Amino acid sequence: MTQPPASPPSLYAAREPIFPKRVKGTFRTLKWWIMGVTLAIYYLTPWIRWDRGPNLPDQAVLIDLAGRRFYFLWIEIWPHEFYFVAGLLIMAGLGLFLFTSALGRVWCGYTCPQTVWTDLFILVERWIEGDRNARVRLWNADWSLRKVRLRVTKWAVWFLIALATGGAWVFYFADAPTLAGQLLTFSAPLVAYSTILILAATTFVFGGFMREQVCNYMCPWPRIQAAMMDESTLTVAYRHWRGEPRGKHRKAEGADQLGDCIDCMACVNVCPAGIDIRDGQQMECITCALCIDACDEIMERIGKPRGLIDYLALSDEEAETQGAKPRPIWQHVLRPRTILYTSMWSLIGVALVYALFIRSDIDLTVEPVRNPQFVTLSDGAVRNTYTLRIRNLTADDRDFRVMLTSDEILRIDVETDGPVANHVTVPANETMQARIYVIARPDDPAADAVTTDLRLWVEDVETDDRAGVSTIFNGKG
Amino acid sequence: MADNKDIDEATGTDTTGHDWDGIKELNNPLPRWWLWCFYGTIVWGVAYTIAYPAWPLVNSATAGLLGYSTRAEVAEQIAEVEAQNAEVAAVLASADLSTLSPDDPAHRYGVAGGASVFLANCSQCHGAGAAGVQAGGYPNLLDDAWLWGGSLEDIEYTVRHGIRNDTDPDARWSEMPVFGDILSDEEIGQTVEYVLALSGQDHDAALAEQGLVLFEEQCTACHGDAGEGIRDLGAPTLNDAIWLYGGDRETITETITYSRFGVMPAWGPRLDEDEIKAVTLYLHQLGGGE
Repeated sequence: MTQPPASPPSLYAAREPIFPKRVKGTFRTLKWWIMGVTLAIYYLTPWIRWDRGPNLPDQAVLIDLAGRRFYFLWIEIWPHEFYFVAGLLIMAGLGLFLFTSALGRVWCGYTCPQTVWTDLFILVERWIEGDRNARVRLWNADWSLRKVRLRVTKWAVWFLIALATGGAWVFYFADAPTLAGQLLTFSAPLVAYSTILILAATTFVFGGFMREQVCNYMCPWPRIQAAMMDESTLTVAYRHWRGEPRGKHRKAEGADQLGDCIDCMACVNVCPAGIDIRDGQQMECITCALCIDACDEIMERIGKPRGLIDYLALSDEEAETQGAKPRPIWQHVLRPRTILYTSMWSLIGVALVYALFIRSDIDLTVEPVRNPQFVTLSDGAVRNTYTLRIRNLTADDRDFRVMLTSDEILRIDVETDGPVANHVTVPANETMQARIYVIARPDDPAADAVTTDLRLWVEDVETDDRAGVSTIFNGKG
Repeated sequence: MADNKDIDEATGTDTTGHDWDGIKELNNPLPRWWLWCFYGTIVWGVAYTIAYPAWPLVNSATAGLLGYSTRAEVAEQIAEVEAQNAEVAAVLASADLSTLSPDDPAHRYGVAGGASVFLANCSQCHGAGAAGVQAGGYPNLLDDAWLWGGSLEDIEYTVRHGIRNDTDPDARWSEMPVFGDILSDEEIGQTVEYVLALSGQDHDAALAEQGLVLFEEQCTACHGDAGEGIRDLGAPTLNDAIWLYGGDRETITETITYSRFGVMPAWGPRLDEDEIKAVTLYLHQLGGGE
């Protein structure tokens, strides 16, 4: 700050390439497991079969856009039941609130697809080009046959993974074995190929080249999360009071004045976000905890206690600097805020499960004909017309009895009935429209009243399951 | 102004000079790529107005070099749909409605298409819901009372030839005399009381008794002995709850005194064969078909 710069500084910063080093430890192992499980779920789910009988698809998880159905194991969601999906999204949102207030950006660090696929791509990179030092050398080296060979191999493997990723996506929307056959014989719909290519391209570019820039510049979630964290939220942090002043030369004069940090840069070298955790909490940190593993390994080797870098809350750092003892993790996780989120989350979950169990496999809507509101018949009777939409959510044809209940005397007459009067047959998995007439005789009060309340019912002839809708009868009044 | 530039220290760009609480807005030039896109849209816009119909003239508008027209596009789409329906429409046009099964595609096509034919051609008088307009004497087509018959055959005939029109010699025809010229006001009053009695409404029993004599003399020939109406003559039933023009004392008096003469055009020359059959099927299933 002595001299103003001669030329204005550039406001643009080019990306610094990052070469994360291989690391071993508790969190790395946990991340390997999470990566394996999440990827397996993603790639394999469409191939799980589920027998639903002859009329329905036998894919366990299927989003049938053309048929407007969502199949999930034994659950089948119709468009009018989309609130289940909305409920799940709300639960997902609350779940993220909960995890963020307790554990900070734990979603980013462990389960975000961007993190998982980037991790996978870095793994491939390490297999082909070697660990950090080899990669740095290769990066700085001039182009040679070897460099071209390694680069092309790496990109090819990346691209195959990307292709498989896009490929797995489309299997959620069609019968997987059929579509796979079509894809291989080039007879699949164009939209399948274009979807695969677009998703392959985004996977390839995001996982291979953009990596942490996606989190830093594109993703809104880290910014939202930052607003949900507080001083008790656990994040990955460096025990400043213990590590500083840092120093390499342990045998030099005045070494006993130094802190535990030997400035070995292990934490920096393994960081996939390319930051130095010792600078404190930073925007770029996804709390993947790899620096904890790296540092613990070093601490063990030099005979110091683990946890120089650790899951810590901001309040811990202050308290520990003042000399307080480290607080157990459960005290951070169990707080009114997290308990509140958990109870809201469970409440919605229980409500959804309840709704799932009480939902009927018959659905009835009634649309009264309003033009005209009523028709007078030659004997003076008054007739109202209603259009019923009866939905049969099962895989079998069903016979329904159409009935009405009312305090007044009303007669029902189903126009589109079958061989038995006032019975309709609704085909499996379909919605049927039936027009019905409700008639009040001339001397019945309903004929002269303005409106009369009534309830229309459909009842399954075999099971006696029923669905009812309240509506009104318009009289001459 | 040129010597008055306010250069921002950090970026070296001049500012607009506007100052909000010490914050100044940089006067950066527009990005080159943005500017070129902007020019591009101007060129595109001009080219568009040349290629497509755009500029309004006195009576029309410029047609555009590509000769595009939304109206032509609609005509094309209509022709496409008609071509798709040609087969089923032909089946319907040559079908005998009384033997056409409700499950036949031609029947379903007729009911659905008939609704459109009705809305376009019939709803002006009979109402969009086919409930008729009593004030105008346009019959309700939903109920179970038919002046000229409610079978498929009768409905088809009525639609094709119409009622009391000058254009079709086969039109249904009947004419009620103007009784104002035949009976005195007193006699008409007595007849009205009898007609009220026939349909079970409040009436003066003494006058109705005298009206019975007049009714037997003047009305039974067309309306039947008990006022049950005669379909061949299009003479309405008088002993039911349905009235074409209204069943109160005043309206019946008006009807008897001045008569009524409702006209319906013949639709045979105006509609295609399949349209006539379609609207017949539609009307028949509205709740009153016989």
